[in-house]
Amino acid sequence: MDQDLVNQVIAVLQKFDKTGKTIESGTDIAAELDLDSLAVMDVIMELEDSLDISIPLNLIPDIKTVGDLADTIGQLKEES
Amino acid sequence: MSLFQRFEHLAQSHRAVKDIGADPFRVRIDRVLSPTEAMIGRKRILLAGTNNYLGLTFDAGCVSAAASALETLGTGTTGSSIANGHYGGHRALEQALASFFGHEHGMVFTTGYQANLGIISTVAGPDDYLLIDADSHASIYDACKMSSATVIRFRHNDPRDLDRRLARLAKEPGNKVVVVEGIYSMLGDKAPLREFVDVKKKHGAYLIVDEAHSFGVLGAKGRGLAEEADVESDVDMVVGTFSKSLGAVGGFCVSSLPDFEILRVACRPYMFTASLPPSVIASVRAALETIKQRPELMTTLWDNVGHFYDGLERQGFLLGEQKSPIVAVRLPSPELAVHMWHELLSAGVYVNLALPPATPANESLLRCSVCAAHTKEQLSTIIDKLTVIAYETGLLEAPARVAVS
Repeated sequence: MDQDLVNQVIAVLQKFDKTGKTIESGTDIAAELDLDSLAVMDVIMELEDSLDISIPLNLIPDIKTVGDLADTIGQLKEES
Repeated sequence: MSLFQRFEHLAQSHRAVKDIGADPFRVRIDRVLSPTEAMIGRKRILLAGTNNYLGLTFDAGCVSAAASALETLGTGTTGSSIANGHYGGHRALEQALASFFGHEHGMVFTTGYQANLGIISTVAGPDDYLLIDADSHASIYDACKMSSATVIRFRHNDPRDLDRRLARLAKEPGNKVVVVEGIYSMLGDKAPLREFVDVKKKHGAYLIVDEAHSFGVLGAKGRGLAEEADVESDVDMVVGTFSKSLGAVGGFCVSSLPDFEILRVACRPYMFTASLPPSVIASVRAALETIKQRPELMTTLWDNVGHFYDGLERQGFLLGEQKSPIVAVRLPSPELAVHMWHELLSAGVYVNLALPPATPANESLLRCSVCAAHTKEQLSTIIDKLTVIAYETGLLEAPARVAVS
């Protein structure tokens, strides 16, 4: 897992998080950070802009943890 | 585990709303008296939470056309459009819609929801891209889920953001299909369509405009935002509904794209559902004629919009930024919105309660809608009642009384 990417994902999630919990690669985005589906889509949009990539909404159902999201982004960057 | 366990979060929010009073999402209307009045139990209610923008639900021509079709053609078609459900009236309505919008093709769906679901999910295939506005209606999001295309979301009403996102896809070979709405249903704001058209042309994308709330409302002839913005020839497909300005139910798509007709045997939400009953088709045809024959309905609607919006603004309410028949009163919390909604209903006014996550930016709204059939007196009554409740709840500060010495 690319720790740089994980950190970048965490930095964006911290902007949306209202729970104040410590965010780690194993954190469940929806359940632990109490983010609804719209908020998760906003996080994705923010990451698309900060990393200048396209992250299709189709991939969201497969993303559960912060690490999953970082891995998905890593794969997208490799493909592009 | 119970089948419904995963909705516990939703159930909790719903209980919190219901605990304040009767369930705002299960209001029972016992009798409808007119486009603007109804009875709930023995209470007479002013309706300001419908989508009946032109007030045609009781239009004599529409009602008699529907009644006559009911008598002569029966209660339902009992079949889909690709089987026994495509009557002469259905065909005539499709042609009338195509002609009204100046397009080659017209296709009628059983609901507006299905029109979006069907068109958007079918036109973009596995190698294609759907680019949707962040504040899109649920039917557009659901269409994306149903589609095999890759889905990208852009910032609400932001053509520059769409431009950036399309630029990222420049090397991808598939078609890019952009979807925007004429008027957004919660805050009543319009898409900056001319700018979106520029971006679409720059990237060689297709553009679908959902004119659900703008058909019969915008443009000199009521053809919607594309007409108002003078970009109709640059819009590839217009989707819309009969359940708002036309006062019935159903959906449609019009387009001049070559080969559009293939959708009739490819679009599953069109193929695998029963077609509209002949009575609905008849009332919609009559309503479309009424829009053409009576442009003054739109003038009255906008006159009413001005009266209502300006009246609320003068009282100090925070509203959606653009004037439209959807006038959203923005409130600081869901609790206050629910409380004010109940107080307003008790005072004899029905509006829509709109709460997160169904609202943009998690706003809590009292979504009011204006109808051409509202009288100025009715609209003033609604403003007055809202203002009294806003004073009582402390949302607005009542004007200080002049001290008597």
